Amino acid sequence: MLNSEPLQFYEEPLPGVDCSELRGKLIVIEGPDSVGRSTQIALLRQWLEQEGHAVLDSGMARSALAGEAIQKAKEGNTFGPVTMTLFYITDFADRLEHEIIPALRAGFYVLIDRYIFSIMARAIARGEDRRWIERVAGFALVPHAIYYLRAEVKDLVRRVVLGRGSFDFWESGMDIRFGPDMYESFLRYQTKVVRALDQMAKRYQFQIVDASRPPGEIFEDLRQRIAELEAKPAQAAPRSRLKASPSRATRS
Amino acid sequence: MLQNRYCGKLIVVEGIDGSGKSTQLALLNQWLRAQGYAVAFSEWNSSPLVRQATRRGKKKAMFTPATFSLIHATDFADRLERYILPLVKAGAVVSADRYAYTAFARDVARGLSRKWVRNLYRFALKPDICFYFRVPLETALRRIVGGRSAIKYYEAGMDLGLSNDLEESFRIFQGRILDEYDAMAAEMGFHVIDAELSIEEQQRQMRAALMETLGDKLNAGVLRAQPGANHVE
Repeated sequence: MLNSEPLQFYEEPLPGVDCSELRGKLIVIEGPDSVGRSTQIALLRQWLEQEGHAVLDSGMARSALAGEAIQKAKEGNTFGPVTMTLFYITDFADRLEHEIIPALRAGFYVLIDRYIFSIMARAIARGEDRRWIERVAGFALVPHAIYYLRAEVKDLVRRVVLGRGSFDFWESGMDIRFGPDMYESFLRYQTKVVRALDQMAKRYQFQIVDASRPPGEIFEDLRQRIAELEAKPAQAAPRSRLKASPSRATRS
Repeated sequence: MLQNRYCGKLIVVEGIDGSGKSTQLALLNQWLRAQGYAVAFSEWNSSPLVRQATRRGKKKAMFTPATFSLIHATDFADRLERYILPLVKAGAVVSADRYAYTAFARDVARGLSRKWVRNLYRFALKPDICFYFRVPLETALRRIVGGRSAIKYYEAGMDLGLSNDLEESFRIFQGRILDEYDAMAAEMGFHVIDAELSIEEQQRQMRAALMETLGDKLNAGVLRAQPGANHVE
């Protein structure tokens, strides 16, 4: 059974949300571009559904409010870095309030393909202030678990070249132009992204999952960890930055 | 907010709906242009990149206080990054009809914390002068009801469920916004204009305050056409 420990917000409680009502499990898969997150989400979903759990999966730029507009803006390559960050946070907030929280209320397993951390890592890689974006994203719920699929940048290059076969403008950070061509820009940009994620790993209690292994092996690893999760209470927000909201966060 | 160290200048007007701030800003811009200054204008909620999403959200009443706040911050960021900041750097006077303070007042009136909203706009450029058009709620309401066709859903704060009556909801919500504006006026260094004075008198005060605050800086830094080259006074 799902545990009764209520979820909490990192810093800023959202108006109108009673955390004690959230009975589901919030599970986040993080990791850089092309690391194999969506494959794992699909496998996990299938497994959880076979186990009899209702599953919602949610990923970036899929909100009803902002998803389409983000795609369009990306096609035109017209984003400034702050605008991009805030557009993605808007998209996240819309999914959080209209999809994720309702699903948690209904007792779903919610699998998130990238949470606030990728948005934050991208912003930091583009030179934005870490504390600024952390506070902006402070209305996020602290997940039950965050699995960080970690790979070296050279592995990401392999996956891009063998997989899609070409570099993506945004995944290469070409809006900032970290290098003279897509490949070099990809290397430098993704190195910064991975570094930013690495730095968040401890603060946000990521569980690091070695993503250089074959997909089947990674799945087995994740499956075991999630199975163990059922018995464990929700993760606490990092104490130093948790804004006290006792009435909502700790009563059940 | 970041101090403006560039040769261009940023002028902002704030106030609740019906305070007359847009009228006053238009007059001020015209006056500055007539003196040959390069003046660019930026309006709240007008980024072409974000507009589609905002419109959709409003039409379908999809917004929560958080997403309403964030979409406006996104809109603001886009205008700042692509329009306001480059022009101020280039030496123009940018005049903005509403700025981050609008969010400080509105989003807090919607129930978000002051601290969160202020941090959200930390990337903004600090205005060189901000005029706050202070008007009693009843006066503003009379102007709006008399003029425009209808009060809009979100302007009235109908999303908050304050009242089922549009006008009553508007009154309560705009009253809260007014309180927020008043509370931050001193802290933010607003130049307060009594928006019940005659249009001419308000404009006279605005011009005087602008010259007193920025006069030398306008002459020193801002791009200006040769006197008499483009404009007939």
